[in-house]
Amino acid sequence: MTAVAASAPAVIVDRAAIRRQRILGVVYLIMAAVIAYFLTTEVTAEQTSTFVLKPAGSTGGLDVPSLVVPSMLAVYLAAGLCAALGAMQLIRGFGSRWAVVLGIVVVAFVFAFLTWAAAGRSMSLIGILQLTVQKGLPITFGALSGVLCERAGVVNIAIEGMLLSGAFTGAVVGSATGNNVVGVVAAALVGGALAGVLAVLAIRYKMNQIVAGTVINILASGLTSFVAARVLQSHRELNEPDKFTSMPIPLLSDIPIIGPMFFSGNIFMYILFVLIGLIHYGLFYTRWGLRVRAVGEHPRAADTVGINVLFTRYRNVVLGGMVAGIGGAYFTLGSTGSFVHDMTGGRGYIGLAAMIFGGWTPIGAFLASLIFGFADALQARLSILNVAVPSEFLLMVPYIVTIIVVAGLVGRVRMPAADGTPYEKG
Amino acid sequence: MAESKTPESKTPESKTPESKTPGSQPADRSRLGQRLAAGARGLVVPVLAIFSALVIGAVVIVLSDVTFFERLQADPGAALGAAVDEVLAAYSALFTGAVGSPTTYVDAFASGDLDQVTHAFVPVSETLLAATPLIFTGLAVALGFQCGLFNIGAEGQLYVGAMFGTFAGFAFAGLPLFIHLPLAIGAGFLGGALWGFIPGLLKARTGAHEVIVTIMLNYTAFRLIEFVLKVPGYQREGRTDPISKVTLESAWYPLLVEGLRANWGFILGLVAAVLVSWLLFRSTRGFEFRAVGFNPTAARYAGMSIATSTILAMTISGGLAGLAGTSIVLGVTHSLTSGISAGFGFDGIAIALMAGSRPRGIIFASLLFGAFRAGATPMQSITGIPIDLVVVIQALVIMFVAAPALVRGIYRIRVPETTGLETFGQGWRA
Repeated sequence: MTAVAASAPAVIVDRAAIRRQRILGVVYLIMAAVIAYFLTTEVTAEQTSTFVLKPAGSTGGLDVPSLVVPSMLAVYLAAGLCAALGAMQLIRGFGSRWAVVLGIVVVAFVFAFLTWAAAGRSMSLIGILQLTVQKGLPITFGALSGVLCERAGVVNIAIEGMLLSGAFTGAVVGSATGNNVVGVVAAALVGGALAGVLAVLAIRYKMNQIVAGTVINILASGLTSFVAARVLQSHRELNEPDKFTSMPIPLLSDIPIIGPMFFSGNIFMYILFVLIGLIHYGLFYTRWGLRVRAVGEHPRAADTVGINVLFTRYRNVVLGGMVAGIGGAYFTLGSTGSFVHDMTGGRGYIGLAAMIFGGWTPIGAFLASLIFGFADALQARLSILNVAVPSEFLLMVPYIVTIIVVAGLVGRVRMPAADGTPYEKG
Repeated sequence: MAESKTPESKTPESKTPESKTPGSQPADRSRLGQRLAAGARGLVVPVLAIFSALVIGAVVIVLSDVTFFERLQADPGAALGAAVDEVLAAYSALFTGAVGSPTTYVDAFASGDLDQVTHAFVPVSETLLAATPLIFTGLAVALGFQCGLFNIGAEGQLYVGAMFGTFAGFAFAGLPLFIHLPLAIGAGFLGGALWGFIPGLLKARTGAHEVIVTIMLNYTAFRLIEFVLKVPGYQREGRTDPISKVTLESAWYPLLVEGLRANWGFILGLVAAVLVSWLLFRSTRGFEFRAVGFNPTAARYAGMSIATSTILAMTISGGLAGLAGTSIVLGVTHSLTSGISAGFGFDGIAIALMAGSRPRGIIFASLLFGAFRAGATPMQSITGIPIDLVVVIQALVIMFVAAPALVRGIYRIRVPETTGLETFGQGWRA
């Protein structure tokens, strides 16, 4: 559809685009109706919602006052905003700024939901936001791994298996050596090795890449569960690594809201930030990145100008595997502290979705991962608050959002042109 | 007929006049020979794949024994001998658990006691029981493959099918078996078909890649099941844990043999395999599926609708996975919990790959994987080797089957390149 729109003369109206605009407008109106109807139940006019913005137990830093809003008014304002944007969308559309508008509507919806959930009581908003970043961390690692592989033209559906083996290796090596840094390095190496298997199957044996990735996922799940049941159950000392402690960065961690979210985590958070920066800069501003992207977009052309296509692919897939391995180590060394079988619970697949959502860019992937992390965090916190909405439906939201995004209801993301195609020298 | 001709065809002189006559016996014979040879060649990869996987599995067993290396340093011979014994014990327990032990059969038949004979067949019955859902999910994935679609969502479709089937199983009281059972099975098919229709429609209308959509729908289905199992009226009375009401006996698959758990679900699986085979290779619609899978552009120029084939193939595929769900809730557990499947949907991918997406091969591959599943539990209880070994072996089997070049490289033999996977597209392309 997009290709047609681009090549057609400008005067011809792109019907698909118009239909998308209409669908969006109707969706906004429906969201407004949902807010106005459902999120005002059991809320009285004099109730207020209190959002705590200062982390519990923190003593230093600036004193951030809690945000107190009148519940009823806030919900109706959010509904009004959604309705107005929906109406404008239907009448004249927002053109290329649709993404911003969609973002505003989603934020308004979430805000209304939180206001409703916290009506008449206080909720630690900063707690949810902190948890959002924590839950989003491993997803981002997975998504970055996907970006590295797919920019070079290899579909990596094996992120899940790489995360899982990274988690396992991190726990075992971290416990055995008593040194967590060694654990992380080992996790990266094992992730890289698994990626090497994927690379050989996909590049050398030209196996279908989705099948190869699926096989690696099953293999990683089977192997880690097997060894965990056979060895770790009787040797518990091999599954008790010391967790990395959090390292708040001086000054930066005192910034209200942002400080507790992004500058008070453990080492994995800072590794992630460095990786996002490196990969972004590397892909888009260096010769290395240009070559990688050339291989992913048009391998034949890249080959013609003397780039070693197969080597570039091997290198990137292995690098991607190492990133996923580090991300996997987060589960054991950064979060829970011991390995449980299948503990990644599909985060690798979510990472894949985040990568697509983020348009195959590191920063986009990070933002998309935060959205998934937010849904996770919200679910964890709301189950404590005893909110009337069944938590299962909240948990479904990220998956359904992914489907909607992938289905291109809101514009298409563009993937590397040679993604998933084996290269044969012609 | 063939026997009477044998002496003639053996001598070269008598062959020449024979071949001039209009009788077509030798032609038939050679065609049969070709088919047999092709069949044998088709078996080379799976057999070598299973063998290689078992060998690697043995290595995993040995290496995961933490004391192995210490013993290897102290007394290499004894350590290696013990390792071989350990592997043999594990695999023989796996084998006995899957097909039964010869001595038990002999003793049972010698005693002439019907109960004892029945008991000897318990491992076979368990294998058939475990193979039943695998046939359905294998067919589901294979149908998708034939139409160029990778249905990773069989697991979710299985659950939604089970959810619908369970509801029909307990909601309609007082129906006779021959109405209630088909009704419940139909409901299961409908549920799975619905869950397969969504990715099919999205792929046809918007180009959304079915792999991502079906993965997401898997998770959505798991949450949906968790929710439904807590809804009053669906949840069992007096229970706080997520478990459904018990389905009525009139909706259960009848047992094949009294005293064994294997049931008519397996027969339904065989029937489904025949039907899918007919659909794919004998019907116009199936031809369109395969044409679209093989070369969408050519299919479109031939006037076939890619959208219709995509939607229909995904819907039927989902329905078949839904039947797998009914084979569990109406055949084994008789109620729905969130843990009924344990990866049947994902094993379906392995089975479809191993069988090259051919229905007949799927029956054999399902029996093999069913045997692995059935044997794994006794293996764990007898030798202490964890069940997950089977998952490792299965993953290795698919890896070797899906990359024939790998098998050729290891064994330095010629094996056919085709894997049955050629029909589905590369990467995320719509």
